[in-house]
Amino acid sequence: MQRHDFTYFVHEGASNLFSHGFMSFAAVGVTVACLLIMGTFSLVAYNAEMLLKTLESEYEILAFIDDDFSAARTQQVGEKLQQLPNVKSVEFITRQEAMDAFEQRALDDYTRAHLDPNMFRDRYAVFVKDLNLVRQTAEEVRAEAGVEDVRVDEDIAGGFILVRNVAGAVSLALVAVLLVVSVFIISNTIRLTTFDRRDEIAIMKMVGATNGFIRWPFVYEGFFLGLLSSLIAFVLQWLVYAALAQSIVAADTLKFLRVVPFSDIWKPVALTFGTAGMVIGVGGSLTAIRKFLQV
Amino acid sequence: MIRLKDVEKEYENGTYALRGITLTIDDGEFVFLVGPSGSGKSTIIKLLTGEIMPTSGRIIINGFSMTKISDRQIPLLRRSIGVIFQDFRLIEKKTVYENLSFAMRAVGASPRTIRSRIPYVLELVGLEEKTNQYPHELSGGEQQRVAIARALVNNPNTIIADEPTGNLDPARSLEIMRLLGRINELGTTVVVVTHERDLVDRFQKRVVMLDQGKITGDGVGYEAK
Ligand SMILES: Nc1ncnc2c1ncn2[C@@H]1O[C@H](COP(=O)(O)OP(=O)(O)OP(=O)(O)O)[C@@H](O)[C@H]1O
Ligand SMILES: [Mg+2]
Repeated sequence: MQRHDFTYFVHEGASNLFSHGFMSFAAVGVTVACLLIMGTFSLVAYNAEMLLKTLESEYEILAFIDDDFSAARTQQVGEKLQQLPNVKSVEFITRQEAMDAFEQRALDDYTRAHLDPNMFRDRYAVFVKDLNLVRQTAEEVRAEAGVEDVRVDEDIAGGFILVRNVAGAVSLALVAVLLVVSVFIISNTIRLTTFDRRDEIAIMKMVGATNGFIRWPFVYEGFFLGLLSSLIAFVLQWLVYAALAQSIVAADTLKFLRVVPFSDIWKPVALTFGTAGMVIGVGGSLTAIRKFLQV
Repeated sequence: MIRLKDVEKEYENGTYALRGITLTIDDGEFVFLVGPSGSGKSTIIKLLTGEIMPTSGRIIINGFSMTKISDRQIPLLRRSIGVIFQDFRLIEKKTVYENLSFAMRAVGASPRTIRSRIPYVLELVGLEEKTNQYPHELSGGEQQRVAIARALVNNPNTIIADEPTGNLDPARSLEIMRLLGRINELGTTVVVVTHERDLVDRFQKRVVMLDQGKITGDGVGYEAK
Protein backbone atom coordinates (compact mmCIF):
# COMPACT_ATOMS: atom_id res chain seq x y z
CA MET A 1 0.00 0.00 0.00
CA GLN A 2 1.33 3.41 -0.95
CA ARG A 3 1.64 6.10 1.68
CA HIS A 4 -0.72 8.49 -0.09
CA ASP A 5 -3.31 5.71 -0.24
CA PHE A 6 -2.91 5.06 3.48
CA THR A 7 -3.45 8.72 4.35
CA TYR A 8 -6.50 8.73 2.12
CA PHE A 9 -8.03 5.63 3.75
CA VAL A 10 -7.47 6.93 7.26
CA HIS A 11 -8.93 10.31 6.35
CA GLU A 12 -11.98 8.79 4.65
CA GLY A 13 -12.51 6.35 7.51
CA ALA A 14 -12.39 9.11 10.11
CA SER A 15 -14.74 11.36 8.17
CA ASN A 16 -17.22 8.48 7.76
CA LEU A 17 -17.20 8.27 11.53
CA PHE A 18 -18.32 11.87 11.88
CA SER A 19 -20.79 11.84 9.02
CA HIS A 20 -22.98 9.59 11.17
CA GLY A 21 -22.15 11.09 14.52
CA PHE A 22 -25.18 9.81 16.37
CA MET A 23 -25.01 6.31 14.97
CA SER A 24 -21.28 6.10 15.69
CA PHE A 25 -21.96 7.32 19.20
CA ALA A 26 -24.64 4.67 19.69
CA ALA A 27 -22.40 1.93 18.28
CA VAL A 28 -19.56 2.94 20.59
CA GLY A 29 -21.97 3.05 23.52
CA VAL A 30 -23.31 -0.44 22.91
CA THR A 31 -19.84 -1.85 22.28
CA VAL A 32 -18.52 -0.25 25.48
CA ALA A 33 -21.43 -1.78 27.43
CA CYS A 34 -20.74 -5.19 25.91
CA LEU A 35 -17.04 -5.01 26.65
CA LEU A 36 -17.76 -3.91 30.22
CA ILE A 37 -20.16 -6.76 30.88
CA MET A 38 -17.77 -9.29 29.37
CA GLY A 39 -14.87 -7.76 31.28
CA THR A 40 -16.61 -7.69 34.63
CA PHE A 41 -17.72 -11.31 34.47
CA SER A 42 -14.34 -12.45 33.25
CA LEU A 43 -12.66 -10.61 36.10
CA VAL A 44 -15.01 -12.18 38.66
CA ALA A 45 -14.21 -15.58 37.19
CA TYR A 46 -10.53 -14.73 37.29
CA ASN A 47 -10.68 -13.71 40.94
CA ALA A 48 -12.59 -16.84 41.86
CA GLU A 49 -9.94 -18.85 40.08
CA MET A 50 -7.15 -17.08 41.95
CA LEU A 51 -8.92 -17.60 45.28
CA LEU A 52 -9.37 -21.21 44.45
CA LYS A 53 -5.66 -21.53 43.70
CA THR A 54 -4.78 -20.06 47.08
CA LEU A 55 -7.36 -22.23 48.73
CA GLU A 56 -6.01 -25.27 46.95
CA SER A 57 -2.51 -24.62 48.22
CA GLU A 58 -3.74 -24.13 51.77
CA TYR A 59 -6.45 -26.73 51.75
CA GLU A 60 -5.59 -29.83 53.75
CA ILE A 61 -7.11 -33.17 54.50
CA LEU A 62 -6.17 -34.27 58.00
CA ALA A 63 -5.38 -37.98 58.35
CA PHE A 64 -5.18 -39.11 61.97
CA ILE A 65 -2.81 -41.96 62.60
CA ASP A 66 -3.55 -44.99 64.74
CA ASP A 67 -1.97 -44.45 68.19
CA ASP A 68 -0.59 -48.00 68.16
CA PHE A 69 1.57 -47.35 65.11
CA SER A 70 5.30 -47.09 65.62
CA ALA A 71 7.27 -44.19 64.20
CA ALA A 72 8.58 -46.40 61.40
CA ARG A 73 5.12 -47.62 60.40
CA THR A 74 3.77 -44.09 60.60
CA GLN A 75 6.49 -43.06 58.21
CA GLN A 76 5.39 -45.81 55.81
CA VAL A 77 1.81 -44.53 55.93
CA GLY A 78 3.10 -41.08 54.95
CA GLU A 79 4.95 -42.51 51.95
CA LYS A 80 1.85 -44.37 50.83
CA LEU A 81 -0.31 -41.26 51.14
CA GLN A 82 2.22 -39.35 49.08
CA GLN A 83 1.72 -41.84 46.25
CA LEU A 84 -2.03 -41.27 45.93
CA PRO A 85 -2.82 -39.72 42.53
CA ASN A 86 -4.31 -36.39 43.63
CA VAL A 87 -1.85 -35.76 46.45
CA LYS A 88 0.60 -32.91 46.01
CA SER A 89 2.43 -33.23 49.33
CA VAL A 90 2.03 -34.57 52.83
CA GLU A 91 3.30 -33.06 56.03
CA PHE A 92 3.70 -34.91 59.29
CA ILE A 93 2.41 -33.16 62.38
CA THR A 94 3.18 -34.60 65.80
CA ARG A 95 0.62 -34.48 68.56
CA GLN A 96 2.80 -31.91 70.33
CA GLU A 97 2.79 -29.63 67.28
CA ALA A 98 -0.93 -30.09 66.92
CA MET A 99 -1.41 -29.05 70.49
CA ASP A 100 0.86 -26.02 70.10
CA ALA A 101 -1.14 -24.92 67.08
CA PHE A 102 -4.34 -25.48 69.00
CA GLU A 103 -2.99 -23.37 71.86
CA GLN A 104 -2.39 -20.46 69.53
CA ARG A 105 -6.11 -19.99 69.13
CA ALA A 106 -7.63 -17.99 71.90
CA LEU A 107 -9.11 -20.43 74.40
CA ASP A 108 -10.42 -20.02 77.84
CA ASP A 109 -7.87 -20.54 80.62
CA TYR A 110 -9.47 -23.75 81.81
CA THR A 111 -8.99 -25.55 78.56
CA ARG A 112 -5.52 -24.14 78.22
CA ALA A 113 -4.50 -25.36 81.63
CA HIS A 114 -5.76 -28.86 81.00
CA LEU A 115 -4.24 -29.31 77.54
CA ASP A 116 -2.15 -32.41 77.18
CA PRO A 117 -0.43 -33.74 74.06
CA ASN A 118 -2.09 -37.10 74.68
CA MET A 119 -5.43 -35.57 73.91
CA PHE A 120 -4.14 -35.21 70.35
CA ARG A 121 -3.12 -37.71 67.76
CA ASP A 122 -0.23 -37.70 65.32
CA ARG A 123 -1.50 -36.74 61.93
CA TYR A 124 -0.62 -36.05 58.34
CA ALA A 125 -1.76 -32.90 56.60
CA VAL A 126 -2.44 -33.99 53.03
CA PHE A 127 -2.37 -31.27 50.32
CA VAL A 128 -4.22 -31.94 47.08
CA LYS A 129 -3.56 -31.05 43.48
CA ASP A 130 -7.17 -30.57 42.41
CA LEU A 131 -9.85 -29.41 44.79
CA ASN A 132 -12.58 -30.88 42.58
CA LEU A 133 -11.45 -34.36 43.62
CA VAL A 134 -11.22 -33.73 47.35
CA ARG A 135 -14.08 -36.06 48.30
CA GLN A 136 -12.61 -38.99 46.41
CA THR A 137 -9.10 -38.33 47.70
CA ALA A 138 -10.40 -38.18 51.26
CA GLU A 139 -11.93 -41.64 50.78
CA GLU A 140 -8.65 -43.00 49.47
CA VAL A 141 -6.80 -41.54 52.45
CA ARG A 142 -9.35 -43.05 54.81
CA ALA A 143 -8.88 -46.46 53.19
CA GLU A 144 -5.15 -46.46 53.93
CA ALA A 145 -4.14 -48.86 56.72
CA GLY A 146 -3.11 -46.96 59.82
CA VAL A 147 -5.37 -44.00 59.10
CA GLU A 148 -7.94 -44.01 61.84
CA ASP A 149 -9.95 -41.01 60.88
CA VAL A 150 -10.05 -38.22 58.32
CA ARG A 151 -11.20 -34.65 58.63
CA VAL A 152 -12.09 -32.70 55.51
CA ASP A 153 -13.96 -29.46 55.01
CA GLU A 154 -15.93 -30.12 51.87
CA ASP A 155 -18.29 -27.18 52.13
CA ILE A 156 -15.72 -24.46 51.57
CA ALA A 157 -14.19 -26.29 48.64
CA GLY A 158 -17.58 -26.94 47.08
CA GLY A 159 -18.65 -23.29 47.42
CA PHE A 160 -15.64 -21.92 45.64
CA ILE A 161 -15.72 -24.46 42.91
CA LEU A 162 -19.33 -23.51 42.27
CA VAL A 163 -18.53 -19.78 42.07
CA ARG A 164 -15.61 -20.42 39.77
CA ASN A 165 -17.53 -22.74 37.47
CA VAL A 166 -20.61 -20.53 37.27
CA ALA A 167 -18.66 -17.32 36.69
CA GLY A 168 -16.52 -19.11 34.12
CA ALA A 169 -19.48 -20.51 32.22
CA VAL A 170 -21.46 -17.27 32.39
CA SER A 171 -18.56 -15.16 31.16
CA LEU A 172 -17.88 -17.59 28.33
CA ALA A 173 -21.50 -17.45 27.20
CA LEU A 174 -21.59 -13.66 27.60
CA VAL A 175 -18.42 -13.22 25.59
CA ALA A 176 -19.92 -15.24 22.75
CA VAL A 177 -23.29 -13.47 22.74
CA LEU A 178 -22.00 -9.95 23.31
CA LEU A 179 -19.28 -10.28 20.67
CA VAL A 180 -21.98 -11.08 18.14
CA VAL A 181 -24.11 -8.18 19.39
CA SER A 182 -21.30 -5.66 19.09
CA VAL A 183 -20.17 -6.89 15.69
CA PHE A 184 -23.78 -6.57 14.56
CA ILE A 185 -24.21 -3.00 15.80
CA ILE A 186 -20.92 -1.80 14.34
CA SER A 187 -21.73 -3.58 11.11
CA ASN A 188 -25.02 -1.71 10.92
CA THR A 189 -23.36 1.63 11.50
CA ILE A 190 -20.94 1.00 8.70
CA ARG A 191 -23.68 -0.30 6.45
CA LEU A 192 -25.20 3.15 6.84
CA THR A 193 -22.06 4.81 5.50
CA THR A 194 -21.76 2.34 2.66
CA PHE A 195 -25.35 3.20 1.80
CA ASP A 196 -24.53 6.92 1.87
CA ARG A 197 -21.60 6.28 -0.36
CA ARG A 198 -23.14 3.82 -2.78
CA ASP A 199 -22.76 6.29 -5.68
CA GLU A 200 -19.12 6.80 -4.90
CA ILE A 201 -18.61 3.05 -4.60
CA ALA A 202 -20.29 2.55 -7.98
CA ILE A 203 -17.99 5.13 -9.56
CA MET A 204 -14.92 3.63 -7.95
CA LYS A 205 -15.86 0.26 -9.41
CA MET A 206 -16.59 1.81 -12.79
CA VAL A 207 -13.15 3.38 -13.06
CA GLY A 208 -11.45 0.16 -11.94
CA ALA A 209 -10.76 0.44 -8.23
CA THR A 210 -9.93 -2.89 -6.64
CA ASN A 211 -12.19 -4.32 -3.96
CA GLY A 212 -9.37 -3.89 -1.50
CA PHE A 213 -9.19 -0.19 -2.22
CA ILE A 214 -12.93 0.25 -1.81
CA ARG A 215 -12.89 -1.72 1.42
CA TRP A 216 -10.10 0.08 3.28
CA PRO A 217 -11.87 3.30 4.36
CA PHE A 218 -14.66 1.22 5.88
CA VAL A 219 -12.21 -1.06 7.60
CA TYR A 220 -10.59 1.98 9.17
CA GLU A 221 -13.96 3.33 10.21
CA GLY A 222 -14.70 0.05 11.99
CA PHE A 223 -11.20 -0.01 13.44
CA PHE A 224 -11.63 3.47 14.92
CA LEU A 225 -15.05 2.61 16.33
CA GLY A 226 -13.67 -0.56 17.94
CA LEU A 227 -10.56 1.12 19.29
CA LEU A 228 -12.49 4.05 20.73
CA SER A 229 -14.90 1.60 22.38
CA SER A 230 -12.13 -0.44 23.94
CA LEU A 231 -10.40 2.68 25.29
CA ILE A 232 -13.55 3.93 26.97
CA ALA A 233 -14.45 0.45 28.19
CA PHE A 234 -10.99 0.03 29.70
CA VAL A 235 -11.22 3.23 31.74
CA LEU A 236 -14.74 2.38 32.90
CA GLN A 237 -13.70 -1.18 33.72
CA TRP A 238 -10.98 0.18 35.92
CA LEU A 239 -13.45 2.35 37.82
CA VAL A 240 -16.03 -0.43 38.13
CA TYR A 241 -13.42 -2.89 39.33
CA ALA A 242 -11.97 -0.50 41.88
CA ALA A 243 -15.46 0.26 43.20
CA LEU A 244 -16.34 -3.44 43.49
CA ALA A 245 -13.04 -4.25 45.22
CA GLN A 246 -13.59 -1.37 47.60
CA SER A 247 -17.04 -2.56 48.61
CA ILE A 248 -15.83 -6.14 49.10
CA VAL A 249 -13.06 -4.98 51.42
CA ALA A 250 -15.55 -2.80 53.29
CA ALA A 251 -18.14 -5.57 53.75
CA ASP A 252 -17.69 -7.56 56.96
CA THR A 253 -18.95 -10.85 55.58
CA LEU A 254 -16.70 -10.74 52.53
CA LYS A 255 -13.46 -9.78 54.26
CA PHE A 256 -11.95 -13.18 53.70
CA LEU A 257 -12.05 -12.63 49.92
CA ARG A 258 -8.82 -11.41 48.48
CA VAL A 259 -9.31 -9.26 45.38
CA VAL A 260 -6.46 -9.05 42.89
CA PRO A 261 -5.58 -5.33 42.59
CA PHE A 262 -6.31 -3.84 39.15
CA SER A 263 -2.76 -2.52 38.91
CA ASP A 264 -1.60 -6.16 38.82
CA ILE A 265 -3.74 -7.07 35.84
CA TRP A 266 -4.21 -3.87 33.83
CA LYS A 267 -1.83 -4.97 31.10
CA PRO A 268 -3.60 -8.19 30.09
CA VAL A 269 -6.96 -6.44 30.53
CA ALA A 270 -5.89 -3.58 28.24
CA LEU A 271 -4.52 -6.06 25.72
CA THR A 272 -7.71 -8.12 25.74
CA PHE A 273 -9.96 -5.06 25.44
CA GLY A 274 -7.83 -3.63 22.64
CA THR A 275 -7.85 -6.89 20.72
CA ALA A 276 -11.56 -7.43 21.28
CA GLY A 277 -12.29 -3.85 20.16
CA MET A 278 -10.30 -4.28 16.97
CA VAL A 279 -11.80 -7.67 16.19
CA ILE A 280 -15.30 -6.29 16.76
CA GLY A 281 -14.64 -3.15 14.70
CA VAL A 282 -12.91 -4.76 11.76
CA GLY A 283 -15.24 -7.77 11.85
CA GLY A 284 -18.22 -5.43 11.82
CA SER A 285 -16.97 -3.46 8.84
CA LEU A 286 -16.10 -6.58 6.86
CA THR A 287 -19.59 -8.01 7.38
CA ALA A 288 -21.09 -4.67 6.39
CA ILE A 289 -19.28 -4.37 3.07
CA ARG A 290 -19.15 -7.99 2.02
CA LYS A 291 -22.36 -7.75 0.05
CA PHE A 292 -21.30 -4.49 -1.56
CA LEU A 293 -18.24 -5.88 -3.19
CA GLN A 294 -19.79 -8.58 -5.28
CA VAL A 295 -19.46 -7.74 -9.03
CA MET B 1 -9.59 -4.09 -29.73
CA ILE B 2 -13.12 -5.28 -29.11
CA ARG B 3 -14.29 -8.58 -30.53
CA LEU B 4 -17.66 -10.24 -29.96
CA LYS B 5 -18.33 -13.69 -31.41
CA ASP B 6 -21.81 -15.28 -31.43
CA VAL B 7 -22.72 -13.49 -28.22
CA GLU B 8 -26.09 -14.29 -26.69
CA LYS B 9 -27.52 -12.78 -23.54
CA GLU B 10 -30.56 -14.04 -21.73
CA TYR B 11 -31.40 -12.17 -18.51
CA GLU B 12 -32.41 -14.08 -15.37
CA ASN B 13 -36.07 -13.30 -16.00
CA GLY B 14 -35.91 -15.01 -19.41
CA THR B 15 -35.68 -11.88 -21.59
CA TYR B 16 -33.52 -12.56 -24.64
CA ALA B 17 -31.62 -9.29 -25.12
CA LEU B 18 -28.96 -10.42 -27.59
CA ARG B 19 -29.28 -13.21 -30.16
CA GLY B 20 -25.93 -13.95 -31.77
CA ILE B 21 -23.88 -10.77 -32.02
CA THR B 22 -20.60 -10.91 -33.95
CA LEU B 23 -18.74 -7.63 -34.11
CA THR B 24 -15.17 -6.38 -34.29
CA ILE B 25 -14.05 -2.85 -33.41
CA ASP B 26 -10.41 -2.05 -34.08
CA ASP B 27 -8.20 0.21 -32.03
CA GLY B 28 -8.70 3.85 -32.93
CA GLU B 29 -12.15 3.38 -34.51
CA PHE B 30 -15.19 5.57 -33.90
CA VAL B 31 -18.42 3.56 -33.92
CA PHE B 32 -22.04 4.56 -33.45
CA LEU B 33 -24.28 1.85 -32.02
CA VAL B 34 -27.89 2.62 -32.97
CA GLY B 35 -31.23 0.87 -32.78
CA PRO B 36 -34.72 1.14 -31.34
CA SER B 37 -35.43 1.05 -27.66
CA GLY B 38 -34.98 -2.43 -26.23
CA SER B 39 -32.81 -3.60 -29.13
CA GLY B 40 -29.94 -4.50 -26.77
CA LYS B 41 -27.55 -1.52 -27.03
CA SER B 42 -27.09 -1.04 -23.29
CA THR B 43 -26.76 -4.79 -22.88
CA ILE B 44 -23.72 -4.73 -25.18
CA ILE B 45 -22.23 -1.86 -23.16
CA LYS B 46 -22.71 -3.75 -19.89
CA LEU B 47 -21.03 -6.80 -21.37
CA LEU B 48 -18.05 -4.69 -22.39
CA THR B 49 -17.61 -3.21 -18.91
CA GLY B 50 -17.91 -6.57 -17.19
CA GLU B 51 -21.08 -5.58 -15.37
CA ILE B 52 -22.86 -8.65 -16.77
CA MET B 53 -21.60 -11.85 -18.39
CA PRO B 54 -22.77 -13.34 -21.71
CA THR B 55 -24.97 -16.43 -21.71
CA SER B 56 -22.89 -17.83 -24.54
CA GLY B 57 -20.33 -16.72 -27.11
CA ARG B 58 -16.95 -15.04 -26.68
CA ILE B 59 -15.98 -11.46 -25.89
CA ILE B 60 -12.44 -10.17 -26.01
CA ILE B 61 -11.77 -6.57 -25.07
CA ASN B 62 -8.36 -4.94 -24.78
CA GLY B 63 -6.80 -8.37 -24.42
CA PHE B 64 -9.16 -9.58 -21.67
CA SER B 65 -11.39 -12.55 -22.46
CA MET B 66 -14.65 -11.83 -20.67
CA THR B 67 -15.60 -15.47 -20.37
CA LYS B 68 -12.35 -16.29 -18.59
CA ILE B 69 -11.69 -13.07 -16.71
CA SER B 70 -11.10 -13.40 -12.97
CA ASP B 71 -12.53 -11.08 -10.33
CA ARG B 72 -9.06 -9.69 -9.79
CA GLN B 73 -8.65 -8.78 -13.45
CA ILE B 74 -11.94 -6.94 -13.81
CA PRO B 75 -10.56 -3.70 -12.27
CA LEU B 76 -7.69 -3.84 -14.75
CA LEU B 77 -10.11 -4.20 -17.65
CA ARG B 78 -12.15 -1.27 -16.36
CA ARG B 79 -9.06 0.92 -16.17
CA SER B 80 -8.64 0.45 -19.91
CA ILE B 81 -12.17 1.72 -20.60
CA GLY B 82 -13.73 5.08 -19.80
CA VAL B 83 -17.52 4.95 -19.45
CA ILE B 84 -20.00 7.79 -19.93
CA PHE B 85 -23.74 7.67 -19.16
CA GLN B 86 -26.77 9.69 -20.09
CA ASP B 87 -27.22 10.82 -16.46
CA PHE B 88 -23.57 11.96 -15.96
CA ARG B 89 -23.19 10.23 -12.55
CA LEU B 90 -21.08 12.92 -10.96
CA ILE B 91 -20.65 13.18 -7.20
CA GLU B 92 -22.75 16.19 -6.19
CA LYS B 93 -20.77 16.99 -3.03
CA LYS B 94 -17.50 17.20 -4.93
CA THR B 95 -16.21 19.95 -7.18
CA VAL B 96 -15.23 19.32 -10.78
CA TYR B 97 -11.62 18.95 -9.70
CA GLU B 98 -12.52 16.62 -6.82
CA ASN B 99 -14.67 14.45 -9.08
CA LEU B 100 -11.68 13.89 -11.30
CA SER B 101 -9.16 13.42 -8.50
CA PHE B 102 -11.54 10.94 -6.87
CA ALA B 103 -11.50 8.82 -10.04
CA MET B 104 -7.71 8.99 -10.17
CA ARG B 105 -7.18 8.20 -6.51
CA ALA B 106 -9.47 5.18 -6.87
CA VAL B 107 -6.89 3.57 -9.12
CA GLY B 108 -3.98 4.52 -6.91
CA ALA B 109 -2.62 7.59 -8.74
CA SER B 110 -0.16 9.68 -6.72
CA PRO B 111 -1.04 13.27 -5.74
CA ARG B 112 1.68 14.51 -8.06
CA THR B 113 0.24 12.65 -11.08
CA ILE B 114 -3.23 13.90 -10.18
CA ARG B 115 -2.09 17.54 -10.02
CA SER B 116 -0.45 17.43 -13.41
CA ARG B 117 -3.08 15.37 -15.23
CA ILE B 118 -6.33 17.13 -14.28
CA PRO B 119 -5.61 20.59 -15.81
CA TYR B 120 -4.67 18.89 -19.07
CA VAL B 121 -7.92 16.92 -19.25
CA LEU B 122 -10.06 19.89 -18.22
CA GLU B 123 -8.53 21.95 -20.96
CA LEU B 124 -9.25 19.19 -23.45
CA VAL B 125 -12.97 19.29 -22.61
CA GLY B 126 -12.96 23.09 -22.34
CA LEU B 127 -13.75 23.38 -18.65
CA GLU B 128 -10.58 24.88 -17.21
CA GLU B 129 -12.69 27.84 -15.99
CA LYS B 130 -15.00 25.59 -13.97
CA THR B 131 -12.40 23.68 -11.97
CA ASN B 132 -13.76 24.54 -8.54
CA GLN B 133 -17.48 24.56 -9.26
CA TYR B 134 -19.96 21.97 -8.10
CA PRO B 135 -21.99 19.90 -10.60
CA HIS B 136 -25.24 21.70 -9.76
CA GLU B 137 -23.60 24.98 -10.74
CA LEU B 138 -23.02 23.68 -14.28
CA SER B 139 -25.27 23.25 -17.33
CA GLY B 140 -26.16 19.75 -18.52
CA GLY B 141 -23.65 19.99 -21.37
CA GLU B 142 -20.93 21.08 -18.96
CA GLN B 143 -21.76 18.30 -16.56
CA GLN B 144 -21.47 15.78 -19.38
CA ARG B 145 -18.10 17.25 -20.28
CA VAL B 146 -16.98 16.72 -16.69
CA ALA B 147 -18.10 13.10 -17.03
CA ILE B 148 -16.09 12.82 -20.25
CA ALA B 149 -13.08 14.32 -18.49
CA ARG B 150 -13.49 11.76 -15.72
CA ALA B 151 -13.69 8.95 -18.27
CA LEU B 152 -10.46 10.23 -19.84
CA VAL B 153 -8.52 11.11 -16.75
CA ASN B 154 -7.02 7.65 -16.21
CA ASN B 155 -5.92 7.57 -19.83
CA PRO B 156 -8.00 4.61 -21.11
CA ASN B 157 -7.59 3.40 -24.67
CA THR B 158 -11.35 3.05 -25.16
CA ILE B 159 -14.28 5.35 -24.38
CA ILE B 160 -17.75 3.84 -24.20
CA ALA B 161 -20.73 6.20 -24.04
CA ASP B 162 -24.33 5.06 -23.50
CA GLU B 163 -26.60 7.81 -24.87
CA PRO B 164 -24.31 10.60 -23.71
CA THR B 165 -26.54 13.25 -25.28
CA GLY B 166 -29.89 11.87 -24.18
CA ASN B 167 -30.43 14.69 -21.69
CA LEU B 168 -29.11 17.53 -23.83
CA ASP B 169 -30.55 19.90 -26.43
CA PRO B 170 -29.40 19.51 -30.08
CA ALA B 171 -26.72 22.22 -29.87
CA ARG B 172 -25.14 20.75 -26.73
CA SER B 173 -25.43 17.26 -28.19
CA LEU B 174 -23.48 18.30 -31.23
CA GLU B 175 -20.79 19.82 -29.01
CA ILE B 176 -20.46 16.61 -27.07
CA MET B 177 -20.23 14.49 -30.23
CA ARG B 178 -17.57 16.79 -31.63
CA LEU B 179 -15.64 16.48 -28.40
CA LEU B 180 -15.83 12.69 -28.62
CA GLY B 181 -14.68 12.96 -32.25
CA ARG B 182 -11.68 15.01 -31.16
CA ILE B 183 -10.83 12.50 -28.45
CA ASN B 184 -10.99 9.78 -31.10
CA GLU B 185 -8.58 11.74 -33.29
CA LEU B 186 -6.12 11.74 -30.39
CA GLY B 187 -6.06 7.94 -30.67
CA THR B 188 -8.78 6.68 -28.33
CA THR B 189 -11.29 4.09 -29.56
CA VAL B 190 -14.81 5.51 -29.13
CA VAL B 191 -18.10 3.59 -29.04
CA VAL B 192 -21.23 5.74 -28.77
CA VAL B 193 -24.76 4.47 -28.28
CA THR B 194 -27.36 6.92 -29.50
CA HIS B 195 -30.95 7.32 -30.60
CA GLU B 196 -30.38 10.53 -32.47
CA ARG B 197 -30.33 9.92 -36.16
CA ASP B 198 -29.71 13.56 -37.11
CA LEU B 199 -26.59 13.58 -35.07
CA VAL B 200 -25.27 10.39 -36.61
CA ASP B 201 -25.93 11.74 -40.08
CA ARG B 202 -23.64 14.71 -39.43
CA PHE B 203 -20.64 12.47 -38.93
CA GLN B 204 -19.29 10.16 -41.59
CA LYS B 205 -18.51 7.36 -39.15
CA ARG B 206 -19.11 3.66 -38.88
CA VAL B 207 -22.66 2.82 -37.77
CA VAL B 208 -23.69 -0.53 -36.31
CA MET B 209 -27.46 -1.03 -36.31
CA LEU B 210 -29.17 -3.27 -33.84
CA ASP B 211 -32.72 -4.59 -33.77
CA GLN B 212 -34.22 -7.15 -31.42
CA GLY B 213 -30.83 -8.34 -30.30
CA LYS B 214 -29.39 -8.79 -33.78
CA ILE B 215 -27.11 -6.69 -35.98
CA THR B 216 -29.12 -5.44 -38.96
CA GLY B 217 -26.57 -3.16 -40.53
CA ASP B 218 -22.90 -2.23 -40.31
CA GLY B 219 -21.19 0.41 -42.44
CA VAL B 220 -20.35 4.08 -42.86
CA GLY B 221 -23.38 6.34 -42.48
CA TYR B 222 -26.89 5.60 -41.33
CA GLU B 223 -28.16 4.34 -44.67
CA ALA B 224 -25.55 1.61 -44.98
CA LYS B 225 -27.11 -1.82 -44.99
N1 LIG C 1 -31.47 -6.29 -15.94
C1 LIG C 1 -32.36 -6.73 -16.85
N2 LIG C 1 -33.14 -7.80 -16.56
C2 LIG C 1 -34.01 -8.27 -17.45
N3 LIG C 1 -34.19 -7.77 -18.67
C3 LIG C 1 -33.46 -6.72 -19.03
C4 LIG C 1 -32.50 -6.15 -18.15
N4 LIG C 1 -31.92 -5.10 -18.76
C5 LIG C 1 -32.47 -5.04 -19.97
N5 LIG C 1 -33.39 -5.99 -20.15
C6 LIG C 1 -34.17 -6.26 -21.35
O1 LIG C 1 -33.27 -6.56 -22.39
C7 LIG C 1 -33.70 -5.96 -23.61
C8 LIG C 1 -32.58 -5.05 -24.12
O2 LIG C 1 -32.40 -4.00 -23.20
P1 LIG C 1 -31.31 -2.85 -23.39
O3 LIG C 1 -31.30 -2.07 -22.14
O4 LIG C 1 -30.05 -3.47 -23.83
O5 LIG C 1 -31.96 -2.01 -24.56
P2 LIG C 1 -31.47 -0.65 -25.21
O6 LIG C 1 -31.22 -0.94 -26.63
O7 LIG C 1 -30.37 -0.07 -24.43
O8 LIG C 1 -32.77 0.25 -25.05
P3 LIG C 1 -32.86 1.84 -24.78
O9 LIG C 1 -32.60 2.49 -26.09
O10 LIG C 1 -34.30 2.03 -24.38
O11 LIG C 1 -31.91 2.18 -23.74
C9 LIG C 1 -34.98 -5.22 -23.31
O12 LIG C 1 -36.04 -6.05 -23.68
C10 LIG C 1 -34.93 -5.04 -21.80
O13 LIG C 1 -36.24 -5.04 -21.30
MG1 LIG D 1 -30.12 1.67 -23.20
